Amino acid sequence: MAEAAQTNQGPLTTIVDDWSSDVTTFKAVPWGKAMMWIFLLSDTFIFTSFLVSYMAVRMTQTDAWPYPSEVFSLEAFGTPVPLLLIAIMTFILITSSGTMAMAVNMGYRKRKVAVFWLMFATAMLGASFVGMQAFEWTKLITGEGVKAWQNPMGAPQFGSFFFMITGFHGLHVSAGVAYLLIVAIRVLRGKYDNTSFEIVEITGLYWHFVDLVWVFIFAFFYLW
Amino acid sequence: MATAEIPYQETAPLHHPKTWIGKYVFSQDHKVIAVQYGITAIAVGLVALFLSDLMRIQIAYPEFMDWFVEDYYYQAITMHGMIMVIYLLTAFLLGAFGNFTVPLMCGARDMVFPFVNMLSYWVYLISVIILLLGYIPGLGGPTGAGWTLYPPQTITEGTPGADWGIMTMLASLAVFIVAFTMGGLNYITTILQARTRGMSLMRMPLTVWGIFVATFLGLLAFPALFVSAIMMILDLKIGTSFFMPAIVSMGQTLAHDGGQPLLFQHLFWFFGHPEVYIVALPAFGVVSDLISVHARKNIFGYRLMVWALVFIGILSFIVWAHHMFVAGMHPYFGFFFATTTLIIAVPTAIKVYNWVLTLWKANIKLTVPMLYALSFVLTFIMGGITGLFLGNVIIDVPLSDTYFVVAHFHMVMGVSPILAIFGGIYHWYPKLTGRMLNDTIGKWHFWITFLGTYIIYFPMHYLGFIGVPRRYYENFDSSFYPASAQLLNEVITWTALFVGVAQLLYIGNLVHSYFYGKPAGDNPWGANSLEWCTPDTPPSHGNWGDKLPTVHRWAYDYSVPGSDKDFIPQTVPQGQSS
Repeated sequence: MAEAAQTNQGPLTTIVDDWSSDVTTFKAVPWGKAMMWIFLLSDTFIFTSFLVSYMAVRMTQTDAWPYPSEVFSLEAFGTPVPLLLIAIMTFILITSSGTMAMAVNMGYRKRKVAVFWLMFATAMLGASFVGMQAFEWTKLITGEGVKAWQNPMGAPQFGSFFFMITGFHGLHVSAGVAYLLIVAIRVLRGKYDNTSFEIVEITGLYWHFVDLVWVFIFAFFYLW
Repeated sequence: MATAEIPYQETAPLHHPKTWIGKYVFSQDHKVIAVQYGITAIAVGLVALFLSDLMRIQIAYPEFMDWFVEDYYYQAITMHGMIMVIYLLTAFLLGAFGNFTVPLMCGARDMVFPFVNMLSYWVYLISVIILLLGYIPGLGGPTGAGWTLYPPQTITEGTPGADWGIMTMLASLAVFIVAFTMGGLNYITTILQARTRGMSLMRMPLTVWGIFVATFLGLLAFPALFVSAIMMILDLKIGTSFFMPAIVSMGQTLAHDGGQPLLFQHLFWFFGHPEVYIVALPAFGVVSDLISVHARKNIFGYRLMVWALVFIGILSFIVWAHHMFVAGMHPYFGFFFATTTLIIAVPTAIKVYNWVLTLWKANIKLTVPMLYALSFVLTFIMGGITGLFLGNVIIDVPLSDTYFVVAHFHMVMGVSPILAIFGGIYHWYPKLTGRMLNDTIGKWHFWITFLGTYIIYFPMHYLGFIGVPRRYYENFDSSFYPASAQLLNEVITWTALFVGVAQLLYIGNLVHSYFYGKPAGDNPWGANSLEWCTPDTPPSHGNWGDKLPTVHRWAYDYSVPGSDKDFIPQTVPQGQSS
């Protein structure tokens, strides 16, 4: 019966049949990789909900919103440079995406030592990002007096959203650092020798996602 | 197609646990996890049922229970709603039915990541425990804000549980979402990537389709609830003002300023509306299969049934603000959301017509699962049609917060999915345990539950039209509706108590039949889908013995002319009939 239905083929039916063929929908995609993609889709909705809430509250806010060039400036050589720290942080995070991509490449060539060091470098770049974030938080809290519940420069929601969203992202980066280190050590110990090292790519997917989210957070907090 | 490689499932040896704990407690077998989910969900559901009976007694006889003060009533409302929607319906339909049917119906050995699947159940159990912590004495009781948890009232003084009760609720929800995500990722990956040979998506039974779409909705909708839970916890404990505007409460100016209560409503309902379909779509799927099997006829319009599920899923994300018509929104928005809401009636009506057309001239067997499936269709039509009333802004505004709304959502997403769950349990219990459930008790239970729900909820439509407000602790001497409302309330209460107690019949049936039920054999209903083709009943760990089954046809070849039996299982090659 079903086969009889499938012989009656329009273009749409053909497309559907191609996508819905048996065993796997995404050919040659390991289970873990498919699962990571779906998880990231779900996580996207979390960050989207955060950022949309931020935009909604900011747009309807009647109190003053701090001017990002001033509040996020860093003193260098005696003059405040707007967005200096955040430019360095963003650069570091994007660089870590590069080392991650190289690790994935080395993974598929089964060069385990190279994979280990590249993933280790990625993790260290990630850790330094979190460290600089801690520095930035300290500066805001102790220097400018911004707390999650108060903001001497105007709307308290500035501090609330800033700490909540960058904090949530920072947790993602920290979890990613741990994840990278665990996978890197397991690669070196030969736990994945009889696989095609897709675990490196799966870890990479997560890491690139965390970087991509940062680009949006950067745009919405520091450039708006 | 028949030579396609299934790389992992046939080469990797399956580790069979040796100890009792490994087999039945910390089990990674999807069937055991399904039972764990099911038992926990039913147990916590009984708590919610008990709370609803307390509320009904209070409504009908306000003087009767002196100890049942206002706070208890509001806490009962809140816990009843949240438990039923999240911890019973979502957990049962996806956690229990999803776990049991997905690998069996797709022809997989287990979920793709059994360990994560096991964690999903234990984290769910933790979320249930956190939820019930609200009832620990000394913490001020659980929250009494209503299941929608609208701020600012939820976390301002005067609402029961405004300090710790709401905290346990929000924490429990966040933990539940983690549990759901771990399970849901497994269901989706298993369905997409781990089907057996010949099992194309368009040959999957509709149960699996319903669970598939519903899980997707869950993974995309729960994030909004997760985010709003985090933000409200911060408002409550850190003193931020995400949802809290400047407020004078009990003569005191609160420290909050500049937040948006409406934002919470948007986030909540962006989760809340898809949640309706997270509950409804698996029920649609189960009922489609039950009707086809027990009417001995192929499901009418299979492809359209699948597409209807998908379209309902997509549409469910753009209708959320119809829950907020009275929140004060621009008329154009009201128009938009009313329109999208009414459009959902189209795919839904397709499904209902297809169920009816499946029954048309079919060889209907009035077994207990079939009775439940038929009652689902009836009840769903009832609840769906009142949804058309409430979807229109101009009718919704006067009916808002009356018993009409209570009747509507209980019919459409309370009673209907429960009926589908009962039907599904009666249908799959023989496969799960190897024994049939008792038919006589089953029929008694069915008629009491089915007729009882109508006696309970039908009058509520009328109560709503005459303006009886919902969520009121006591209806005092209101002059704007007639005294007959009180009589109706008493009738409803007596019926609710009776139906509530009658559920013990069903629990008893489950337990009794497990030990003394009639042996079921491999395929008592003469059904086609893969779970009835397992070499053992109940299926052993790994489900399929040495070799995965091969699928040659869809799951709905019933009463095919020229075949010697009235069903042809999916494993029978084309051109043969048995």
